[in-house]
Amino acid sequence: MSNLIAHWNYFLVIALMMIGFYAVIARGNMVKKMVGLSIFQTSVFMLYISMGKVANGTAPILTGDTTTLYANPLPHVLILTAIVVGVATTAVGYALIIRVYESYGTIEDDELIKIIETEENAEAGDA
Amino acid sequence: MHDDVVIRVIAKVMIPAVMLFALYVQFHGDYGPGGGFQAGVVFAAAFVLNAMIFGLNRGRHAWPARLNLLAICGGVLLYGLTGVASMLLGANYLDYDVLGATTQSGQHIGILLVEFGVGLTVASVMVALFFTFAGRLTHIRLMAKMQAHEEADQRKTKRKARSTKKRARK
Amino acid sequence: MMQHLPILQVLLPLLGAPLAALLRHRDMAWGLALLLTGAAFLISIILFSQQQMTGETLVYDLGGWPAPIGIVYVIDAASALVLPVISGIAFVATIAARRLVEAEIDARDHALFYAAWLLTIAGMLGQVTTGDAFNIFVFLEISSLSAYALVAMGAGRDRRALPAAFNYLILGTVGATFYVIGLGLLYMLTGTLNLVDLSDRLADVQSTRAAFTALAFIALGLFLKMALFPLHFWLVPAYAHAPSAVSALMAATATKVSVYVLIRLVFGVFGIDFPGLADAVGLLVLTLGIAGAFVGTLAAILETDLKKLFAQSSIAQLGYMAIGIGAMSATGLAAAFIHLFNHALMKGALFLAIGAIAAQVGRAGMGTIQGAGRQIPLTMTAILVGGLALIGVPLTAGFISKLYLVRALLEQDFWLLAALTFISSALALAYVWKIIETAWLKERPKGAPVLVETPVHYVPAWLMVIATIGFGIFASPLVDAAYAAAHVFIGGAR
Repeated sequence: MSNLIAHWNYFLVIALMMIGFYAVIARGNMVKKMVGLSIFQTSVFMLYISMGKVANGTAPILTGDTTTLYANPLPHVLILTAIVVGVATTAVGYALIIRVYESYGTIEDDELIKIIETEENAEAGDA
Repeated sequence: MHDDVVIRVIAKVMIPAVMLFALYVQFHGDYGPGGGFQAGVVFAAAFVLNAMIFGLNRGRHAWPARLNLLAICGGVLLYGLTGVASMLLGANYLDYDVLGATTQSGQHIGILLVEFGVGLTVASVMVALFFTFAGRLTHIRLMAKMQAHEEADQRKTKRKARSTKKRARK
Repeated sequence: MMQHLPILQVLLPLLGAPLAALLRHRDMAWGLALLLTGAAFLISIILFSQQQMTGETLVYDLGGWPAPIGIVYVIDAASALVLPVISGIAFVATIAARRLVEAEIDARDHALFYAAWLLTIAGMLGQVTTGDAFNIFVFLEISSLSAYALVAMGAGRDRRALPAAFNYLILGTVGATFYVIGLGLLYMLTGTLNLVDLSDRLADVQSTRAAFTALAFIALGLFLKMALFPLHFWLVPAYAHAPSAVSALMAATATKVSVYVLIRLVFGVFGIDFPGLADAVGLLVLTLGIAGAFVGTLAAILETDLKKLFAQSSIAQLGYMAIGIGAMSATGLAAAFIHLFNHALMKGALFLAIGAIAAQVGRAGMGTIQGAGRQIPLTMTAILVGGLALIGVPLTAGFISKLYLVRALLEQDFWLLAALTFISSALALAYVWKIIETAWLKERPKGAPVLVETPVHYVPAWLMVIATIGFGIFASPLVDAAYAAAHVFIGGAR
């Protein structure tokens, strides 16, 4: 039991991960999918950041004192990169959503599929 | 946004402070926490705030699009060319040691240049993202307005046609 | 300058991207892209021959920091084999891109198109070269993000490119995030991200459940990126509705890079002796591979749009690569490498030829090519040869792939699988015959648009066709290189 409580950060991460992943899979609305994707990515950021924590460690700025314990800065740096990637993904995703809306007039998956299917059937008829 | 005196006055005081803080985060980054990513986002926030409060057109005026593309590409190139410079000086790519007279000053110069490149690109990309999305919004609103006008016009002409028909029947 | 070659071939396209965006003029941007991809191709050939001659592993320390601390770029037998495939196809696709892009993309976007084009190439080359697991993720995202934008640029001609790009983005990001989760677990276990170091330290903790979970996440993420059946649904619309130049580049290279990364991670880091790898993962990959080979081929037979048809056949071909990986032997890996190489050539030829048609009339359906065999004989012959190579007809590169694949399966006494591989390859004849029948045996309908071909249209595709036939006849250098690449991961005699 104490083992479970000591690893509370993992439970938080798993909960967030599943919430985000569920939204990506189960929602038909493109904006909701993107929101889910962002939550999913954020859960991974939390996983990395919590992994850098060292008990009683301070911020990793050199003090000159050799006995000081530092938190591990490497996961933070990695996640800085991943956050930038996440921002870029989100931006591209929303830009695509806007273009889809302007072009099709809807951002619901099921309606989009209907429109695309009619287009494809028309094309197959041509061919 | 509504023309609100309080917000405008506070923004005018805050925006320079935000920019100054961004520069502090940027150039103190090689001694303490900070660096190009964080500073770039904070710096861009000042421009976003400006555009939100004083309007998109004035915001665009403060940070023109042509300049923005130059800044986006220039930042990446500055980063890359710093590495190329150390390559030309005989060391490996991005080895800062050879950039200065001593190893330490070389590291300083290298990190400063690279982080400046990162900051420039991040700031201008964030501003570009905001302007692109916000600009699309006004575009979409304009389209919706035009469509509404068109529909209203059509309704009007239909009504007119019906009324002339009625009159003709009479 | 020679010692900088490993970084230069990634750096040149990477720095070319902002330059291309700044140039704004489309011919200058194209010229720059051509120059840089050409240079990258040249460098990768030099690296390949250097590596072949010395047989040593070239290591380049970025920033002068040596291996476990810094990021290193590694040119060993495996990466030296994959690099020329990517940069070579990028070079040929760039030659063709000028005409295709002019026809299909709004003139204002050309400079940005070439910027994204160079970025995606740099990302793929980086994934292959780097020896750092997190760096792989960064390059993966560089190449994917620019690929999403490139696919979406097809919207000017075909608006279905937009939802296709969106779905590609969602699944691609989920795949990449799965990879990062797995990597996080590995980092927690070992405290390192360098691939060699990771593999050393993993040996102490390889029986823990966390290590197996990490393997599962990483493999699943990469299955998504390489479009292994049943995770392939993003691929067909993305390839079919993208601009023709992008279809050609991506069909030939994008999934191959993920196959390479999968091999590098699974065999290079976890190792063949990793508990549960050979039975659990191997069996899974084999099953999915053979299922993908059948599903892809059958779906291809039903398609009427040429781009979609060959995108479906890509699923099948990726299945064959997965079978090679799933065989869990040196011969199997060599077969996967051979097929990776050959399939890139075939799909490059096919999509470049189809692109030449699609750029003229908007889309390349069965109706478009009806009776076109006499009107544009060279382009249609390129498609024919590509199709025959997909079946695995002797004298084409595809035959060599299938030969070694079957050999790898027989080595392990997988008789049934070898027979299934043979049957699914033979099934590919159905869709190739459909094309032959439509293009040569039917009359061109009256009133159909007149298709033309000039050297600009068929030369890029024919470069690939010549390579396909060339590697089909003179296969031994490729086979040797593939075995050398396989022995990087699995020891043992040939």
